[in-house]
Amino acid sequence: MALPSYTETRYRIWHYIYLAICTFVFFFLIAPLFVIFPLSFNAEEFLVFSEGMKNLDPDAFSLRWYKDMVYGTKNPWGLAAKNSFIIAIFATIGSIILGTLAALGLSSRHMPYKGLIMATLISPMIVPLIISGVAIFFFMAKAGLAATHTGIVLAHIILGTPFVVITVTATLSGFDHSVTRAAASLGSNPVNTFMKITLPLILPGVISGGLFAFVTSFDEVVVVLFLAGLENTTIPIQMWTGLREQLSPTILAVATCLILLSTLILVTAELLRRRSERLRGINR
Amino acid sequence: MSSETKQILTTDGIPLEVSLKKAEKKNKIKAFLLVAPLLLFLVITYIFPIGDMFMRSVDDRMVTNMLPKTFKAMEKWENLDELPPEEVYRGFYEDYKLLAENQQHGKLGQRLNKEKNGFNTITKKLFRQIKRKKIDESASLKEQINKLHKRWRDVEYWQAIKRTAPPYTASKYLKGMDMYFAADGSIAQVDEDRRIHRILWLRTLEIAFFVTLFCFFMGYPIAHLLATLPMKYSNLLMICVLLPFWTSLLVRTASWMILLQQQGIVNDFFVMIGLVADDNRPEMMYNKVGTYVAMTQILLPFMVLPLYSVMKTISPSLMRAGKSLGGTPFVAFWKVYFPLTIPGIGAGCLLVFILAIGYYITPALVGGASGTLISNQIAFHMKTTLDWSFASAMGLMLLTGVLVIYWIYNKLVGVDNIKLG
Repeated sequence: MALPSYTETRYRIWHYIYLAICTFVFFFLIAPLFVIFPLSFNAEEFLVFSEGMKNLDPDAFSLRWYKDMVYGTKNPWGLAAKNSFIIAIFATIGSIILGTLAALGLSSRHMPYKGLIMATLISPMIVPLIISGVAIFFFMAKAGLAATHTGIVLAHIILGTPFVVITVTATLSGFDHSVTRAAASLGSNPVNTFMKITLPLILPGVISGGLFAFVTSFDEVVVVLFLAGLENTTIPIQMWTGLREQLSPTILAVATCLILLSTLILVTAELLRRRSERLRGINR
Repeated sequence: MSSETKQILTTDGIPLEVSLKKAEKKNKIKAFLLVAPLLLFLVITYIFPIGDMFMRSVDDRMVTNMLPKTFKAMEKWENLDELPPEEVYRGFYEDYKLLAENQQHGKLGQRLNKEKNGFNTITKKLFRQIKRKKIDESASLKEQINKLHKRWRDVEYWQAIKRTAPPYTASKYLKGMDMYFAADGSIAQVDEDRRIHRILWLRTLEIAFFVTLFCFFMGYPIAHLLATLPMKYSNLLMICVLLPFWTSLLVRTASWMILLQQQGIVNDFFVMIGLVADDNRPEMMYNKVGTYVAMTQILLPFMVLPLYSVMKTISPSLMRAGKSLGGTPFVAFWKVYFPLTIPGIGAGCLLVFILAIGYYITPALVGGASGTLISNQIAFHMKTTLDWSFASAMGLMLLTGVLVIYWIYNKLVGVDNIKLG
């Protein structure tokens, strides 16, 4: 953003102040994530940069905490990771199926009470998590699903579907319905039309909604804290317990892995967003 | 040709109007059937349980069901300033004896003790007398019970029992606002030094308000920068906003715990530039400062993204036009650009405020005692004191607040305008 050469000095100063503020805010947003990375390779047990690390002494760095994360006998990270992935995958599949179907119905111009139904469907996103947690816990306790994987998966479907509904509805808003009519006039049945015509076109929206649902489930801690028993522990629960009791460097090793995972998801989501914008003909 | 308009028929001979209506109805049902699975699922697992929370929060049937004969007899108790008649004593005795046989008397004692302090002692005394069969059922029970303890002769204790008669109560809601039903049924305030909930509500509002304000002042400039920079730079900077957005909340909270600890990097930096002495490092965690800093960073992307999507649609030529018509850059910004971004500001602020008001994890970890919010109190009652009805009542009070804000949001911006990423 070069300034035009005729800019007065005081506006020039303001412009640099503005850039300085922006730099500070970007730093504030991103820098905390990078603190974790070097500290997770700390050879010592303390969560501060040791003298050796400041001098870049290779002996001050080690993979000790990563080994502890994987092989540590007392560490439940293996079980937690397994549970987290199983729960998140099933919750994502459930959210995608229910959410996409609902979005297809909501995008039809024949849908009655559209506003009210939309508000109901996305309410789990608006209601504070702690209240959702209490309500879902009451239901699961009554249904005998507390402290089961099924209960947690169902709870995460509740929390994940609003994202799928929103992203798929947005994709469908630019959808040309004449292509499905064309398919129907050529003799395709509705299921076939959906699988061969509609789904490939709305797939970016479906996948990005699914990513939101996956991340929601994978990071979710408030509801899971109410529902999970010892057998159903997840990565967020383990992190929560670890952060409350004592901040060990093993948590930082886990956190580093999670940051890498979120980077991967971010890249996928960005690529999908661009593809969907290209398909919808939004050129920027 | 006849003067009547001829009905248009389809090939099957059915009037077109009827046929169209039929088709539209079919489409309506089809659309509804697509939504039905999710709607049904949510209603059963989510909407009803929230209703269940409401029932639990007002439910006070425990005593009503435990003392049916007492309350029946109390209908005849006319002068409430005097001790109740013999029938009430007899009803209470019979109810209590039944409870004692079923080992339920302890629950009653605890519940009544909440209503009026000292009940537990005198009901236990009555229990021991019943167990030893020292009570003569053929004589006057009023005299015998009154003899057990002086509190049984105090009319206030009988009034307390009567207050528990209605099956529903709003007392949990009053408790959430540090109020209670006094002996005469009027609403009274809790003693000043025991008003903890009001402090928490105010603190929750205060923190949500200031976090929203900080997010706005930090989010507005960078959203503007992202929207005006050329695509290749802004895409790169957008990662700074999106990476935290996609990163686990607990990871971000953990990094703030490392940064803000007393031997942490932020304190190191302050010592290095000479702001504080090395032996006098300020406590930045486990208080409000920690809550503000961490929550602002965590919620900032929710402010930037809606602002960005609005600013992206504002043509840069508008600012140029404003300047060419004689406005200074400040005037052009204030009169032209800023008003156009108001929908984004509304969306961002309300989104951040709604999220902040229900925050739980971060305040619990970095907040300490002075940084905890109302959500922490709800979790505390759900898990530690197991007073689920009180937790439900406070949850619903919070929910009402959020719904009011959501309603305003809907009026100002429209729910359909929510955009993600």
